[in-house]
Amino acid sequence: MNYLFLLYSDESESPETPTDDAGFAAMMEPWNVYTEALTEAGVMRGGEALHPTSAATTLSRLDGEVVYTDGPFAETREQLGGYYIVECDDLDAALGWAAKCPVMGYGRVEVRPIMNLG
Amino acid sequence: MTHTPNDIHALIGRLHRDHYRDVLAPLIRITGSFALAEEVTQDSFAVALERWSVEGAPDDPLPWLRRVARNRAIDTLRRSARWRDKAAELAAESEAATYTDPDPERIEDDLLRLIFTCCHPALAPQARIALTLRHVCGLTSDEIARAFLVPRATLQQRLVRAKRKIDAAGIPYEVPSRPEMASRLVSVLQTIYVVFTEGYASTRDADLVREGLCEEAIRLARLLDELLPGRADVRALLALFLLHHARRDARVDEDGMIVRLDEQDRGRWDQDAIAEALPLVEECLRARPAPRYAVEAAIAALHDQAPSADETDWPQIAALYAELDRRGGGDPIIRLNRAVAVAMAGDLDAGLRGLDALDASNELESYHLLHVARAELLARAGDLKASIAALERARDLATSPVELAFIERRLIESAA
Repeated sequence: MNYLFLLYSDESESPETPTDDAGFAAMMEPWNVYTEALTEAGVMRGGEALHPTSAATTLSRLDGEVVYTDGPFAETREQLGGYYIVECDDLDAALGWAAKCPVMGYGRVEVRPIMNLG
Repeated sequence: MTHTPNDIHALIGRLHRDHYRDVLAPLIRITGSFALAEEVTQDSFAVALERWSVEGAPDDPLPWLRRVARNRAIDTLRRSARWRDKAAELAAESEAATYTDPDPERIEDDLLRLIFTCCHPALAPQARIALTLRHVCGLTSDEIARAFLVPRATLQQRLVRAKRKIDAAGIPYEVPSRPEMASRLVSVLQTIYVVFTEGYASTRDADLVREGLCEEAIRLARLLDELLPGRADVRALLALFLLHHARRDARVDEDGMIVRLDEQDRGRWDQDAIAEALPLVEECLRARPAPRYAVEAAIAALHDQAPSADETDWPQIAALYAELDRRGGGDPIIRLNRAVAVAMAGDLDAGLRGLDALDASNELESYHLLHVARAELLARAGDLKASIAALERARDLATSPVELAFIERRLIESAA
């Protein structure tokens, strides 16, 4: 079986990402340890850090037109049913693909940029 | 060159208004970061103030600002580990050739990029407005906060958040490709439209900044018309603004009260603005399909050409509102205006029926002007009692002191 871990936290309580190299390394330390543990155990299939929800864009459909909303998907009635990771040059290209997703016929797509930690 | 400190302040103020965007726009493209480009653009204006106060201003200040901003961008990139390669690349470029101003076509492209990025549909509408006024119009965050009646900290937070999103989400710094142009332009024109209507909604003398928004919207529409020549929707929006703005001196009396269109001193309308707009309206109405803004501008043009309210071509105005209504969007204000035009065109009963239907539908539940309009038509129909009742409903719904004062005055007139 494959399992997906969804990591939730209160963004307003999260510490700011340090901009200096040493601070950044200190923040990453426990994450690196955890990722290595998963990898060594042979269970790691993938994972990424996301930018905060303030960088999110949600697509929905209204009267046949795609509507873009700044921010995350916030309604609780609809539930997460799957995910794609796509590599695009910019947000416009990503939004273009998201608008074509079959779920747009009955649901929504939240587009969240993945952090570049490299 | 010698300058007094006042000269320098005035010069920098002018440069900020007219050329902030010219310094900023290429830097965003070069650095790939909106936030960084803005930071160094601001820095370069601060450095200019400091340096020119001592040494005097250079003969050609804009290239000076561009050069300082560019050098600071390179310095900042060098300090950041992730950007070191980019900095080296830029520095090599700078050293290889003495930095000259980019050619005009490049500048135009950069400006269009800036406008489309500020008005990107993935940004919240309020953020688009703030970004556009800040970065394309060169307004300070203080001025924008005052114009939109929000605390300065709120406005600054809005800007910071928007810029973070642009950088983090990878909103492209590009002019949209042809197939996407039309839909992306909708978002740009809507943003400029809201800037204008915000300015238009202000009436008090103290509201100079808010009134200035109309001028900013006109500046933006003109700029866009220059950058994207031959687009009927852009040109129609410019015409629409000019035709409304032409009435600015007659719209408000000495006490800051709104003067209704039918009571305005038409001799105070700006005939130059009207003369500029009329041929634009004609041209845009010939486009197929005629843009929605052209239909709106045609209505404004008919009002602006009429010698008095009674001598207005109301049947034509009613037909144009019908056209707007037919195009959908379900805007009840359009139906309100249509009903009034139908009444003014001679069919008072049909007009009143239209307003009653709107009232019954509750679509304009809290809109006091629906009841002001009903009061007007009821008075014309000779039903003074119902007219006063409608004004009283309007009074209960009005929120601003200016609106309330207007309704109180109508009530006194009705009682007399």
